[in-house]
Amino acid sequence: MTRQMSGARMIVEALKDQGVEVIFGYPGGAVLPIYDEIFQQNDIRHILVRHEQGAVHAAEGYARSTGKPGVVLVTSGPGATNAVTGMTDALMDSIPLVVLTGQVPTFMIGNDAFQEADTVGITRPCTKHNWLVKDTNRLAETIHQAFHIATTGRPGPVLVDIPKDVQFATAAYTGPKAARVSHYQPRLKGDPDRILTLVEMIETAERPIFYTGGGVINSGPRASALLRDLVAATGFPLTSTLMGLGAYPASGKSWLGMLGMHGLVEANLAMHGCDVMINIGARFDDRITGRIADFSPKSRKAHIDIDQSSLNKVVHTEVPILGDVSSVLEDLLAVWKARGSKTNAAAVKKWWMQIEQWKKTRCLAYTASPRIIKPQYALERLQALTAGHDRYITTEVGQHQMWAAQYLGFEAPNRWMTSGGLGTMGYGLPASIGVQIAHPDALVINVAGEASFLMNMQEMGTAVQYRLPVKQFIMNNERLGMVRQWQELLHGERYSQSWSEALPDFVKLAEAFGAKGMQCSDPADLDDAIMEMINHDGPVIFDCLVEKHENCFPMIPSGEPHNKMILSDGMVGGAISESGAVLV
Amino acid sequence: MSPLKIKKGSSRHSAYDLRDPNADVIETHTLGVIVDNEAGVLARVIGLFSGRGYNIESLTVAEIDHLGHRSRITIVTTGTPQVIEQIKAQLGRIIPVHEVHDLTVEGPTVERELALFKVAGKGDARIEALRLAEIFRANVVDSTLESFVFEMTGTSEKIDAFAELMRPLGLSDIARTGVAALSRGMA
Repeated sequence: MTRQMSGARMIVEALKDQGVEVIFGYPGGAVLPIYDEIFQQNDIRHILVRHEQGAVHAAEGYARSTGKPGVVLVTSGPGATNAVTGMTDALMDSIPLVVLTGQVPTFMIGNDAFQEADTVGITRPCTKHNWLVKDTNRLAETIHQAFHIATTGRPGPVLVDIPKDVQFATAAYTGPKAARVSHYQPRLKGDPDRILTLVEMIETAERPIFYTGGGVINSGPRASALLRDLVAATGFPLTSTLMGLGAYPASGKSWLGMLGMHGLVEANLAMHGCDVMINIGARFDDRITGRIADFSPKSRKAHIDIDQSSLNKVVHTEVPILGDVSSVLEDLLAVWKARGSKTNAAAVKKWWMQIEQWKKTRCLAYTASPRIIKPQYALERLQALTAGHDRYITTEVGQHQMWAAQYLGFEAPNRWMTSGGLGTMGYGLPASIGVQIAHPDALVINVAGEASFLMNMQEMGTAVQYRLPVKQFIMNNERLGMVRQWQELLHGERYSQSWSEALPDFVKLAEAFGAKGMQCSDPADLDDAIMEMINHDGPVIFDCLVEKHENCFPMIPSGEPHNKMILSDGMVGGAISESGAVLV
Repeated sequence: MSPLKIKKGSSRHSAYDLRDPNADVIETHTLGVIVDNEAGVLARVIGLFSGRGYNIESLTVAEIDHLGHRSRITIVTTGTPQVIEQIKAQLGRIIPVHEVHDLTVEGPTVERELALFKVAGKGDARIEALRLAEIFRANVVDSTLESFVFEMTGTSEKIDAFAELMRPLGLSDIARTGVAALSRGMA
């Protein structure tokens, strides 16, 4: 039996059939019929944000903390253009999103109508795929396909642009089972011959390292479990990108810490000196590799990735394996065990002794102060006082983000939400809202800088409206800290436009929104203040006044290889070459 | 040069793929891309090339299967072996793309282009243009007392050569379709 219904009703039905529980959105003229349908049902919860960018980042936070696609609904024109940054962010970090945009009626398209924008044209480069639906008969099927494409293969954002007349018109509803399956069926299973080659590499490796990324987390909890099995069974050291934190526990025996531009000395030197590198779901990003010509010069490299275009894009690998991390790791473990679970234990032991030497650098040590809160100290205390909680961390972008990655420990996947590829300031507050919606009883903290926080601070209104007890832990140095650090290193300490003048009083700002505001500037008061923040049942803005001129170390200067790290301010002079200076 | 005295980077006429994936030799490849014939698909392909800084030497597109809604895009592009591999992988990532064929490495191909030449002239130049057109097996598809339009099908090189010859004889306009290509045989 066919069910006739309006396009707007069809959208809500399709979302229900896809198991959607919550959508993040903002109404406007071109989506009014959809909002009318939302009003008349109770299965799907709508979270009203304060800006469309906030809706997309909130949906990203929801998606990353649950593994389910985030859903966004915004209007045409400015609604769609405001969503562009969030979609680009999701594309760079491979986050599954389904973004529904209203559009002017089909007969007005191309007339420069009120709130018209070429949404599919604008968003073509920042989505995995997008559609303009001109016929209500195709609407439900397109939405089902959108979910399929967003969540299959390498995940990413998709957009469905729906003109208002298509929302009003009536047609038969197509359910998810009746919808034509797209030909898009990425290959999950890795090539057995290459998996065998990788097993042989594991068996003979003398200085091996696992280099893991967000692909492990995107592949689902099974991938993290298999990774832990593999690491435990081989005893090989493991490092992770910013995106992959939590796939392997920070308390684990093989954990070397994050690698890359602000990665730990032992992780970067192990990458540089290894003879076998096993990249699992990472993409040799420029923040990771430094100077390509000198990247891990002595190693044979294997790379497991679901995206063909990530293989051999930046770094040539001897053993590229196209496939899903879970599937490939499962096969890999099976073959390796069947052949006797062999490793070159004596050599690996020697390798670990070398790594232990590198660890003695204690690269995260910093000069403590009895009077001023050092940002590193603030995060050490935050880690100590929240580690026992069911905890989710989001961040903004900059120094605080790198310190959070260095000083906070993640024991499980999907607990760490940060804008990696795009580096979007303003990501953390709305993302924390999306996380808290998905996990109402968890402790959700956005580690923020004061400048990033200001970029989407309007979302405090959302947090208060929905009684979301998100904690905004602002490490306030009254500077654009990372910009300031680069100006110090690269531009002769000329601090062009990198300070935060005329900052609001964050305590009063919190109170103006109806949230709790706190401020702390004395290291002696910090523990009590953090406990007060955690124990408050409601949203909090915590204004933590920290050292203004602290630099984030270790640091691989732009254009340098892994073994040329700066560890402290004393090593800074002339660290960045002229050719490195043009790099971001 | 390799010991086999085969030019590095060549693959079309050798039994083995001798290309070094990291070589910085610039190669020209012809790609055949089968896509869904839907709105915006060409924009996706072109946007990929402009967005990621790849070259397009020639691009043709037309529907090849009306019932199946399929079009074939033929792209001639240049780049290092690594860039060519990236282009193919990136094309394969576009959702409405069904198949990506690198005709240059898949085997011998037929590559043809159609061109129209408008040549204006009188007297000896006009006679010479007509004579050369016969040698090149170009057809006259329009004629006035002062001009011809020649139609010619062939490789891009042949069309270049004919254009060079027509230039001093009063060539006033050229229209070229760009390369269409298929593999030879049933491989």
